[in-house]
Amino acid sequence: MMNEMQILEGSKAVALTVRSCRVDVISAYPITPQTHIVEDLAQMVADGETDAEYIKVESEFSALSALVGASAAGARTYSSTTSQGLALMFEVLFNASGMRLPIVMTTVNRSLSAPLSIWNDQQDSISVRDAGWIQLYAENNQETSDLLPIAYKVAEDKDILLPAMCCMDGFVLTHTFEPVEIPEQSLVDEFLPSYQPKYVLDPKNPLTFGAYADPSIYMEFRYQQHDAMLKAYEKFEEVAKEFEKVFGRKYDLVEEYKIEDAEIVLISMGSIVGTMKDAVDELRKGGEKVGILKIISYRPFPAEKIYEAIKDAKVVVVLEKDVSVGMEGGLLSDIKSFMYNREDRPPIVGFSVGLGGRDVTIGDIKGLVSKVKRAEAEEFEFLNLRREVL
Amino acid sequence: MKLLPGGIVKPKTTVANKTGAWRTFIPIYDEDKCKKCGICETFCPEDCISVDENEFRHPDYDFCKGCGICAEECPADAIEMKYEEKE
Amino acid sequence: MSLFAQGHTACGGCGMPIAVKLVLGGSGENSIVVSPTGCLEVTSTRYPQSAWGVPWIHSLFENAAAVASGIETALKVKGKKANVLVIGGDGATVDIGIRALSGMFERGHNVTYVCYDNEAYMNTGVQRSGSTPYGASATTSPAGKLSFGEDKPKKDTPAIAAAHGIPYVATASVGYPKDIVKKVKKAQEIVGPKYIQILAPCPTGWRFDGSKTIKLAKLAVETALFPVYEIENGEITKVKKIKERKPVEEYLKLQGRFKHLFKENKDQIEVIQKMADANAEKFGLDG
Repeated sequence: MMNEMQILEGSKAVALTVRSCRVDVISAYPITPQTHIVEDLAQMVADGETDAEYIKVESEFSALSALVGASAAGARTYSSTTSQGLALMFEVLFNASGMRLPIVMTTVNRSLSAPLSIWNDQQDSISVRDAGWIQLYAENNQETSDLLPIAYKVAEDKDILLPAMCCMDGFVLTHTFEPVEIPEQSLVDEFLPSYQPKYVLDPKNPLTFGAYADPSIYMEFRYQQHDAMLKAYEKFEEVAKEFEKVFGRKYDLVEEYKIEDAEIVLISMGSIVGTMKDAVDELRKGGEKVGILKIISYRPFPAEKIYEAIKDAKVVVVLEKDVSVGMEGGLLSDIKSFMYNREDRPPIVGFSVGLGGRDVTIGDIKGLVSKVKRAEAEEFEFLNLRREVL
Repeated sequence: MKLLPGGIVKPKTTVANKTGAWRTFIPIYDEDKCKKCGICETFCPEDCISVDENEFRHPDYDFCKGCGICAEECPADAIEMKYEEKE
Repeated sequence: MSLFAQGHTACGGCGMPIAVKLVLGGSGENSIVVSPTGCLEVTSTRYPQSAWGVPWIHSLFENAAAVASGIETALKVKGKKANVLVIGGDGATVDIGIRALSGMFERGHNVTYVCYDNEAYMNTGVQRSGSTPYGASATTSPAGKLSFGEDKPKKDTPAIAAAHGIPYVATASVGYPKDIVKKVKKAQEIVGPKYIQILAPCPTGWRFDGSKTIKLAKLAVETALFPVYEIENGEITKVKKIKERKPVEEYLKLQGRFKHLFKENKDQIEVIQKMADANAEKFGLDG
């Protein structure tokens, strides 16, 4: 069966895919640059193009809270937010995961205030990496679309039952038109059966959800969450294989690009990887042995795959759109942390790039590689700071 | 008992928790005075007062915390709170 | 046994479980209850036990109305029918949860929101809430050399609910059990958001002997400090008349939280009496 290739805005691709996942309840609050997604979904509801109900909540806090209720009542649920909205959801993020509700949310990546900025970086989702959500990052709009049904299937698996956020860079992906293949409804139905949870809020079987735990049992709850996230690693691989069978597109927790003989391995997540690929192509033409490891799944964290990809490199460079203030980037810390106990570990340096929507060009990436080669890079630094204003 | 995902709990399982142990004063019901109105049952915060076939009320001392609402509210003065000697 | 089982760990004489069993009595088995964080949640659902005989969920402190909105919406999509209720305390309702509550009202969800009002944050140790009455000494509005306790009147949450144009708003007191059951049943027959605020005295926080819970629940009404009424579609349709209104002292003097008023702050008792008089006037309670 042929899938239709369309030129679509990223937000539209997401909305169409959410519809094809046969979501029951959508609950969202508008915030730039997530708005086009929720507007498209609201229009589909208004036009009767979906059976989903759209709850027009008064805040992001209630957006996710309503989905906690809807999911516990057995509905397949969806929300989308970004930046300040995700920050406002903070408490509910942990709660939804602890209650093991497989809510799926598109997190449009945007910087956090102050200063207020509506532009893209990934500080928002990286900052909630410990909330117990699966986190997947898309490079382009085909991925923003494809990762949604994959996320639902992993999240709803009885051995996983964790919420998932599919992250896409604000404006760079949400507002950009690209060719996207929106999968046929029949194929999505084949891949993603309806959500049939074992335990739901039902007067016929009056169970209690959300009891509190004293110190004699709290740790076991947390361990179960941790264990489920570890299991999500293999579950993602399994689901991705099924996805490939049905849709013909291949996914893994990471994607390698020209990495086999690479002496310098660049690691990053999201849309910047597209620019990095162009830079690597140019560097390769000049004989530089540079490759890329793209992280699609930040949680579960693909430690073994990262290890395999970088163990033979001469130097590893992590580029990320976030910073743990006063420390370094979160991804850099994570990678350094698990590599520390390996014997064959290459040096690892990191750059915070593109914060608050600062453009990162092919030239920037080439310059950064050159700096690393000259052994002039700090262990961690900000790329392209305007030193003259500091 | 194995943890269910998210810690789902079965209904009405607090009955394993015998809150009668909290009691200092115990309500003693006098059937000679009882008018069978059921006010004690209505107001009992533990919901632990049952009715027998003669419509007399009996608190379940496994759960009665001895708050004394039943004695205070009984319009017939049929319930007396007594200090409970414990072993 | 009712739908709220024995073995819960509320304090002896607590008004809250009385309210809960009466609400569930009116609502029946085909109910789904959401409770925010608070006394009710911690005294009824310590893992692995639950007092609840109906499906029940706790998520957070300030989101019960939103969680209920989601449940009601999911039931609609799935073509299922059940009475969706929130039963939560005053702090969760009138303070931290009021944004979610307002949203639930505004969107018209078919949910009955029941606030058991014990007039402070009892679960955390009797800190004042927006529902704490004027003159009461709470741990964050204590009486002191320069203070007669809470210096702001109780927030009029039923009026806030009614201002949303919801079809049914009512107040009640655990002193009048049949009235609670009747109002819950009535609420269930009305489609849309309903709000019922039930006064539930707290022996621990109000500092009185637990045997006097019902007496105080009645005195609050008989003094006109807690008027009992119904508002349907914005109009007051029913009030609980008071035959012989009692002076507020009779209510205040039984409670440790007002004890200081009888020493240095007797003028404040006058202020409270005027508040009761104003309630009686506003709702036409006398008669």
